[in-house]
Amino acid sequence: MSRAALQATAKLALDPARIKRDFPVFDNNPGLVFLDSAASAQKPAAVIDGVADFYRTDYANVHRGVYRLSARSSDRYEGARETVRRFLNAASSDEIVFVRGATEAINLVAYSWGMTFLKPGDEVLVTELEHHANIVPWQLIRERTGLKLVVAPLDASGGLDLAAFEARLSSRTKLVAVTQLANATGAMLPIEAIIRLAHKHGAKILVDGCQAAPRLPVDVQAMDCDFYVFSGHKIYGPTGIGVLYAKSAILETMPPWQGGGDMIEQVTFEKTTFQKPPHRFEAGTPDISGAIGLAIALDYVEALGRDAIAAHEEELTGYGVDKLSRLPGIRLVPAGQRRLGILSVDVQGVHPHDLATVLDQHHVAVRAGHHCAQPLMDRLGLAGTTRASLGIYNDARDIDALATALTAAQKLFA
Amino acid sequence: MDARELYQDIILDHGRHPRNFRALDHATNLAHGHNPLCGDRVTVYLELDGDRVKDLSFDGRGCAISTASASLMTEVLKGKTLAEAEALFKGFHAEVTGKTAPALPDALADDMERLAPLEGVRAYPTRVKCATLAWHAFEAALKNGADGAAAATVKTE
Repeated sequence: MSRAALQATAKLALDPARIKRDFPVFDNNPGLVFLDSAASAQKPAAVIDGVADFYRTDYANVHRGVYRLSARSSDRYEGARETVRRFLNAASSDEIVFVRGATEAINLVAYSWGMTFLKPGDEVLVTELEHHANIVPWQLIRERTGLKLVVAPLDASGGLDLAAFEARLSSRTKLVAVTQLANATGAMLPIEAIIRLAHKHGAKILVDGCQAAPRLPVDVQAMDCDFYVFSGHKIYGPTGIGVLYAKSAILETMPPWQGGGDMIEQVTFEKTTFQKPPHRFEAGTPDISGAIGLAIALDYVEALGRDAIAAHEEELTGYGVDKLSRLPGIRLVPAGQRRLGILSVDVQGVHPHDLATVLDQHHVAVRAGHHCAQPLMDRLGLAGTTRASLGIYNDARDIDALATALTAAQKLFA
Repeated sequence: MDARELYQDIILDHGRHPRNFRALDHATNLAHGHNPLCGDRVTVYLELDGDRVKDLSFDGRGCAISTASASLMTEVLKGKTLAEAEALFKGFHAEVTGKTAPALPDALADDMERLAPLEGVRAYPTRVKCATLAWHAFEAALKNGADGAAAATVKTE
């Protein structure tokens, strides 16, 4: 590496030890080795305190009061929307809908867009790598719309078989709904190619960015996706808040999916007219403090640098793959050509739940089970796996602690 | 709590080498148990002779706790009357959930003693369901008869 490149790397590199100090959970749980950020990430003090400060200083309902406090609260809420727009590089903040999380975002697309535009025989194409949240909503509206759910398979390496994916696209495909980064294995999908192919066949494309958004720079305009969804709590923000991004041209054609206050223009008992997006899709008092907490989290992530985070995740993933591959009796669940931030392991002769209990004794917090991806587990021939997932506060010592605990568990169950 | 307090030798032994781990050819009753949290599945087979458990077995896949619990259950319940089996289940359930155990007949004290190594799950609320899966399936099998179509899904304790 050249001197300049080295300097650039040094400037970019995250300092997980310093970052850890921003997260009070580590003060309150000495020795905690937290490797479950893919399930939900920990929260920096900036988010925790920022939400509390908002309640202390600027809180009132939004879009309703004429008094100054309400105007301030509305400004903060709409300011959070602008922060999300910037984070995704959306063309307009009108393309950002606040929802409870990615699950609600996908359901919103299914019930509003899907119920309106999908006709019997139309196809929704997903992959074997999906989380249940990107399978079940399509099944739920299948009976009502007559849509056909088509599944693109894995290749032998555990990644998406792009040729098989392409072969399943046709003029009947109306929507491609795929994850950018598989939550159960860490497999990265070739999202640019997927989007290009979907559009070539006239299909809309929904990208589940739950695992990718916390780890990679995201530019929805460059990607040219039609829908992008992610959850706040996986990107160091509060629970109960998430984002649906959709292109304006599409959002404008979508009917409301929930009715109530805040989403209407005029209501009479004869007829109600609705607000324009995004407010059309935010019925009732929204999660105001959640949106503000999310914006603080996104600012925190931006301040660290998204390229730096991606480089950190990449480097630590590489270290983890290398370390775990050397352990006898432990198999990394295949994740295709490129894996990021997630290390799913199968330990010979040890059930994932027994493993996770023993790891917990070593203060190593991991997820055990099917990771809400049962079809993928079935395909891989596994009842479940033990999954370590990385965040900005993790470093090589956490991986070492994981390896030590895995070895201890193997010894116990040998 | 140390992992060894949960994973005592008897648990590890029954987890590795479960007893009565087979399907029963002449089952009069059976039921499937499923823990949706972890995907564990167990089928419990019973051969009843009047109100007595003449034979009892299980198969499926599960963690060390659920396998050991199923294995110990088959050993303990074999030969018992249904009333005794019911009393043991109640006693066992109370032990693993940390509730006060009901008074049991003296004749069952040795059997409760045999199940005692499983009491360690008390300290692990998420693992209690592992220990009770086969027992719930046993109860369901009594209701099902030989038709195991109605699967018992273990509920959160």
